[in-house]
Amino acid sequence: MKGHLLSTEDLSRDDALVVLDTAERMARVAEASVRKLPTLRGRTVVNLFFEDSTRTRTSFEVAAKRLSADVINFSARGSSVSKGESLKDTAQTLEAMGADAVVCRHPASGAPHRLATWVRGSVVNAGDGTHEHPTQALLDAFTMRRRLGRVDGLAVTIVGDVLHSRVARSNVWLLTTLGASVTVVAPPTLLPLGVSSWPVEVSYDLDAVLPKSDVVMMLRVQRERMSAAFFPTEREYSRRYGLDVDRAATLPEHALVMHPGPMVRGMEIASAVADSARSTVVEQVANGVSVRMAVLYLLLGGSGEVS
Amino acid sequence: MTANGSQQSWVLRQVRPLGGDAVDVLLADGVVAAWRPPGSTSPDSEGLPPGTTILDAAGLIMLPGLVDLHTHLREPGREDAETVESGTRAAALGGYTTVFAMANTNPVADTAGVVEQVWRLGLDAGHCDVRPVGAVTVGLAGERLAELGAMATSAAEVRVFSDDGHCVSDALLMRRALEYVKAFGGVIAQHAEEPRLTAGAQMNEGVMAARLGLPGWPAVAEEAIIARDALLAGHVGSRLHVCHVSTAGSVELIRWAKAKGWQVTAEVTPHHLLLTDDLISSFDPVYKVNPPLRTAADVAALRAGLADGTIDCVATDHAPHALEDKETEWAAARPGMLGLQTALSVVMETMVIPGHLDWAGVADRMALAPARIGGLPRPAAEGWSSIAVGAPATVTLLDPSPWRVVEADTLASRSRNTPYAGRSLPGAIRATFLRGRPTVLDGKVV
Repeated sequence: MKGHLLSTEDLSRDDALVVLDTAERMARVAEASVRKLPTLRGRTVVNLFFEDSTRTRTSFEVAAKRLSADVINFSARGSSVSKGESLKDTAQTLEAMGADAVVCRHPASGAPHRLATWVRGSVVNAGDGTHEHPTQALLDAFTMRRRLGRVDGLAVTIVGDVLHSRVARSNVWLLTTLGASVTVVAPPTLLPLGVSSWPVEVSYDLDAVLPKSDVVMMLRVQRERMSAAFFPTEREYSRRYGLDVDRAATLPEHALVMHPGPMVRGMEIASAVADSARSTVVEQVANGVSVRMAVLYLLLGGSGEVS
Repeated sequence: MTANGSQQSWVLRQVRPLGGDAVDVLLADGVVAAWRPPGSTSPDSEGLPPGTTILDAAGLIMLPGLVDLHTHLREPGREDAETVESGTRAAALGGYTTVFAMANTNPVADTAGVVEQVWRLGLDAGHCDVRPVGAVTVGLAGERLAELGAMATSAAEVRVFSDDGHCVSDALLMRRALEYVKAFGGVIAQHAEEPRLTAGAQMNEGVMAARLGLPGWPAVAEEAIIARDALLAGHVGSRLHVCHVSTAGSVELIRWAKAKGWQVTAEVTPHHLLLTDDLISSFDPVYKVNPPLRTAADVAALRAGLADGTIDCVATDHAPHALEDKETEWAAARPGMLGLQTALSVVMETMVIPGHLDWAGVADRMALAPARIGGLPRPAAEGWSSIAVGAPATVTLLDPSPWRVVEADTLASRSRNTPYAGRSLPGAIRATFLRGRPTVLDGKVV
């Protein structure tokens, strides 16, 4: 893997597998008594977050620190950005500080792509608008592989606000690249008009799809979508597309329930399902650190053995 | 050089009017004074006014001076992005002799005072005629009519009214505007965009938007307004002009409206004739424009519509933006592209080279039709005759042979937001004459 990690759409199967294999080795570090590697000592990783996301930022921070990198958290809220400084100014500032990697979360789709044209360091997309969230997809694939032994050939169902979901987009590209067959399920209002060009099956009927799913991935549905008439009420959404206990019971025994978080319990997923044995929600968080370590390690060409 | 009889005379030696057979054309006293046998004219030829300059125009195509119905000159208000002087300089270099300056300045051109200011700035600059467009509604707010009559009777003689950048979305207000401007031969140029369908929209809704996660600007938002406005124009018997048509469906609707016999005209921009939304995968806001770049199928329909006359004319929608308004993330960037200095080249590439239009067709779509729609005084709008003997010597000379790589830094605009930077385009303007006076010679502003 070279340069940047901006999307999974342009990630090759080989590169994706290298990340997953490297993450596997990184996971063993987390299980060791000294959970730190010296590989990125003296390198600087900047967490550039234009959107609040404590969990993603913390995950990257832990990942970078476990590789001994220096970490700078540049939270754009309350900084000069709110005084009208542009993304380009910020990029130049980071460049001057000598950032080796910039982990960027931004509310605008494509912002990390722009950033990558202005800085010399590696840019990692940590979620851009409604475009992509590649490390989330990588950690999801990693979680599937750990639990089910493979991604190739799995039937993965992604349910919810696909239209506004960067997690859904990154997973669609990555999982199909890795050989899974993906079905997206949502009310038609929450699917992009161009979804027919995606390498996925589309369904409006969750009940029909669940018995055939090895993995069901629930997406967060923001309550404010109601005001734009995407669906009539929270209750109706939940009745038709929420993963409640009865629906979860129709899944095959081995099937996983995943959620990128943060969850809206009682809306898209019932608490009892989120906390059930088939749920990987907590594991996903732990795996996120391993995958992000792998990404930083590979992009920054870390030295030394990872064992 | 003045507008009276004392101005210099020119012979365009072996020029090809509308790409036809070569001829020597004498421009004198501000008009096309004579056509002479090709290559027959030399400095000591008989019948030339004293001091006539012979211009070797062999191989150059003579077209009537181009007319742009849709130009943003940004003055007053955003003189950092463009001024009347810099914008009209770009216009002359692009072969234009008249530009219609859009009303979305700051302050908005919604009063006689502002339109007269823009008109006078155009006169002072002298690179081409500037015809201000008046706002339809006060402050482009879409709430109440601006004083359209005052603008019409001002020195600027406004005939085209538009809230461009905003749609006159209120159906009743649009009806009233269409009716009201009949009193002075005006036309409403509509920016067709149903605002409820485009809230937050960033690019064409479709395959690319789904991939890139950018909120979609659906074709139906344009088409629904065009259908409604065509019905309104038919109902009240008024003239409607549709700005920057961008979808295949819009072309069909305009064809339908014309078949009804309604007074509906339309324009297409050069960029919608050439560029498609797959360019946006770079997230480079130089490709951000409103209406957005569409698909290859739309491009094909627009070319066909322009070829068969469903779309009456090409208009640039030249929209300069300061660097800081484009060097941003996609969503924060302002929509718009430079167009004046590349329009004829893009039309050549998309329409002439593939055989959709001949040079007479180009003259119609880029000069005569827009002059008619904009209500320019005759005879500028009298068909082919505009470069025949007796017509005003308002012409441009195109060398069709070279291909040139567009360099943003060499354009005359104060801004740099050309989507063609680095792209090779055919043709080069060598000279432009405005009523016998050269505004461009040897590819440079006079």
